[in-house]
Order: sequence, then C-alpha cells, then structure tokens
Amino acid sequence: MCPERNCPNCPGEENRAESPSKRRLLNVLLGGSVLAWLGSVLYPMAAFLLPPPSPAMRERSVMVGTVNEFANNSGTLFRLGTRPGILVRTDRGEFRAFIAICTHLDCTVQFKEDESVIWCACHNGKFNLQGMNISGPPPRPLDPLEVSVRGDEVHVSLPA
Amino acid sequence: MNQDGSTSIGRRLYRWLDERYHLNDLVAFLGSKDVPITRMSFFYYFGGITLFLFFVQVVTGILLLMYYVPSADEAYESVHYIMAKVPFGWLIRSIHMWSANLMILSAMIHLVSVFYMRAYRKPRELTWISGCMMLGLLLAFGFSGYLLPWNELAFFATRIGTEVVASIPLVGDWMAYVMRGGEDVSGTTLNRFFGLHVAVLPGVAALLVAFHLIAIQRQGMSKPTEWLNKPPEQRRRMPFFPNFLLRDLLLWFVVLNFLAALAVFFPAHLGEKADPFAPAPAGIKPEWYFLAQYQVLKWLPPTIGPFDGDSVGMLVMSLGMLAVVLLPFLDRTPEGGPRRLWLDLVATLALVILIIVTVLGHVLP
Ligand code: FES
Repeated sequence: MCPERNCPNCPGEENRAESPSKRRLLNVLLGGSVLAWLGSVLYPMAAFLLPPPSPAMRERSVMVGTVNEFANNSGTLFRLGTRPGILVRTDRGEFRAFIAICTHLDCTVQFKEDESVIWCACHNGKFNLQGMNISGPPPRPLDPLEVSVRGDEVHVSLPA
Repeated sequence: MNQDGSTSIGRRLYRWLDERYHLNDLVAFLGSKDVPITRMSFFYYFGGITLFLFFVQVVTGILLLMYYVPSADEAYESVHYIMAKVPFGWLIRSIHMWSANLMILSAMIHLVSVFYMRAYRKPRELTWISGCMMLGLLLAFGFSGYLLPWNELAFFATRIGTEVVASIPLVGDWMAYVMRGGEDVSGTTLNRFFGLHVAVLPGVAALLVAFHLIAIQRQGMSKPTEWLNKPPEQRRRMPFFPNFLLRDLLLWFVVLNFLAALAVFFPAHLGEKADPFAPAPAGIKPEWYFLAQYQVLKWLPPTIGPFDGDSVGMLVMSLGMLAVVLLPFLDRTPEGGPRRLWLDLVATLALVILIIVTVLGHVLP
C-alpha cells in the first residue's frame, strides 16, 4: 500500500477529494459530541458530590435557663438550631448573646473570666462583651442574638 | 543468579518465567545501574525510606480498617475500642500515626536534598513535579486521617482547614461545601474524609509512586555536578543491585525498629470525643507540618489593604509552593551545569524561616 495519504497517483478510499471545510465541520461535530458526552458523564458525578440542602429547621428561639443560673461575669454555651450560641452575663448583671462561631475560621468561642472577654482558642482571637473583635485575627464582630428575660426565664432568639 | 548457584527448582522457575517475560533483560538492566558516591550520598536513602513508610501505612491502615467505623456516632468509640480492647490495637494505631509523621519528614528531607543536589534539572523535571505532588498528597493524607478518630482537636482542625479553603477567592465556598458535605463539619464530612483517606488518595498515590519510580529507573540517578567535575577515574560509584538495595533494606529494618520504639514509648492519644457545641479547647494546635501555616494565620491582621488577611496569606503561601513545584522551569540549567548561588541563598533562607516559624508555632501560646 502506498504510505502516502492522498497520494495523487493512487486511487482509493483515502483519496476521495476532501474539502478542508468539510473536514473542519466533521471535526467540530466530532469534538462537540465528545464534549457533550464527557459532560453527561461528569455532570451527574459532580452533582452527586453536592449534598441536597438539609431541611433541618432552624430554631429561631430557645430558653437557655433561669436568671439565677447565670453568675455575673460568666458565659454559657447553648444550642440554637444547628449552631452554638453563647450567653454572657456582664459583671453588672446584663445579658448578651451571640452566635458562638468565631468570625475568623469558624472555631467555637468561649468566655474567658479573668479578662472578661469572649475568647477563641484557635488563633487567640478576642471579642469584647459587645461582640466586637478587639484583638487577634477575627475580621468581624460576632453575630448578635436577641435576649429577652420573661419572668425569670432567659430566652435567646435570632434577630428578626 | 540465572547462570549458576541456585537450587534446581529455583532455577527451573526462573527459566520458566524468563522464557515468558524475558527476565534476563531486566536483570541485565538492574545490573548496569549504579549510584554515584558523594559526600551527600547518605541523603539518597530518604526516597527509599519514604517508600518503605508508605508500605507501613498501607499495611497498618488495612489492619485499622478491620475495626474502624466511619460514622460520627461510632468513630470515636471504635478507635477507643482499637486502643483499649483489640490485641495490639494500640501498637498498630501508634505505628500508623508515627509512620505518617516520619513519612512526611523523610519526604521533606528527600525534597530538600534533591534540591541541593540539583537533581531536578533537565531531564528530570517531571520526576520532581510528581514528587512535589506526592508530598502534597501526604499532607492531604495527614489532614484527612487526622479527622477520622472524631475527637475534639480533629473536629476543630477540620473546621479551620476547610474554612481556610473557603477563603480562596471565587471557588473557595463551593470547595469547602463539597469537602464538608454541607454547611458545617459533620458526620458527612467524616464519611468524605474517610473515602478520601482510604480509597481516593491511595489510588492516586499508587499511580504517582509508579511513575516516580519508573522515571528514576528509566533515566538513572542524577549525577551531582561536583561528582561530574571530578576526573573520570575519581568518580566513585556503587552498583544499585545488589549493593545499594541491600543498604536500603538494612536501613528499612532500622527504621521499623525505630518506629516500634516510638510507638511503644509515645503511643498515640485519642483525646475527647468531638462535640460541636463545646468550645475549641485551649492550647489547640495542628500537627507539626501545619504549624507554620497556623502561626502565620495567627499573625495575619484581619485585613491587608482592601483584602482579607487570610486570603492574602493563602495567596502568598500558594505562590511559594508553586515556585517550588515549578523549580525545574525556573532554573533551566541542564544536569551538570553550574550552580546558581542565589538560588541556594533564597532556598536556604526560605527553609530557615519555615523552620523558625514552625518552632514558634510550637512554643508560642
Ligand atoms: S478561628 Fe477564632 S481566632 Fe481563628
């Protein structure tokens, strides 16, 4: 067999005159269908990796305890839906509450009695009792929650 | 071995195999390979040690799989059971933990020595890149394996690690969501990390190891410049097979004993079970190989100019790593070419800083 493709001296299959534009069209069609095929294989796999959003209903409000359970200058972690919250009582007896997730990289914060701050152990981030980031890497204040004292019950809820 | 001296059964078996697979070619090939002897020759063993520790990980990992349960409710209990009840469970898990750490250390030593010997130069660019990828893979093994006992430290380490991923511009949030399998680190995350740790990463590692080894066999060992500069009669060398290989084996034996000693005297801890509603424990720190990043994250201010401090830090560190990976294309001198002194200076400086920051990460509160 003549090794040359489209050799002018040899008749045969390979030598049917192929116009370059026809060839290009075929290549585009072929390439396009390979891509579409790849997409139809990869898309379901990628979609499978994304879990459907969980319908876990977000509780909007919880009763954390009764007023006299919380000493002045103390902090308590509690659960609000799927997230942790922190209820602090200042040394003047006021209540404040925040989502207890550090705004730096998501660690759960705690109350530090000796300094009266909300402290994140992960990178030594600190927030004052207004929730403001006062030292370390956290870029934003803690997300605030609303506290209401009904009778002697302390309720905390997501801000409306 | 094929000519004489072996038992007749061994010989017959060899001949049977040789007839089918042409082993003679292979033996001749191995016999002709040799290893240059230089002042740095000792460092040639670290690649082999890393490989050996990888085998140790595969074996101990398979053993741990017999009892480990990958679920948020039972993972901690199953590891506790391994440590407390299963005969030698504490030993197997401790060896797995120690071997992981030593493997990362020896891979790092290997990388650094390959750098100083300039063994990454043309034609070994892809061998270097595959090696860098494997080091990245080892860190991914470490990160994913760390979560599996589902203890407090691991839980927060994973939260931080995935949140760092989320700080990558544009795709970060999506990547963190996929890694966590949801908004937050949960049992789903544990399942994903488990699958990654025992199936995906080992599969990829096997391919990369195979490529790395075949490339080395195919191209032979790199000859250091100082060795090539000697007159030919002073270039000392050692046959790879069996001289070098036997030394390898002997060293592996030593490493295994060392591992056992570490495992016995410093067994792995388990800590407290993870509780998403407990605060991050005081004194929480990552494994030593992530200490430098951790310390940098602590130092970074919340914002740098208009950007997030973390994102800028991540970007700078990623660029540094990229420079390491692309080193063969930055230093394009071919094998045996002159050393660029500035490269040694920059790399040594970077290395010293990395070590200092790691130590600071360990000692600073
Ligand atoms: S996660 Fe709180 S300071 Fe970094």
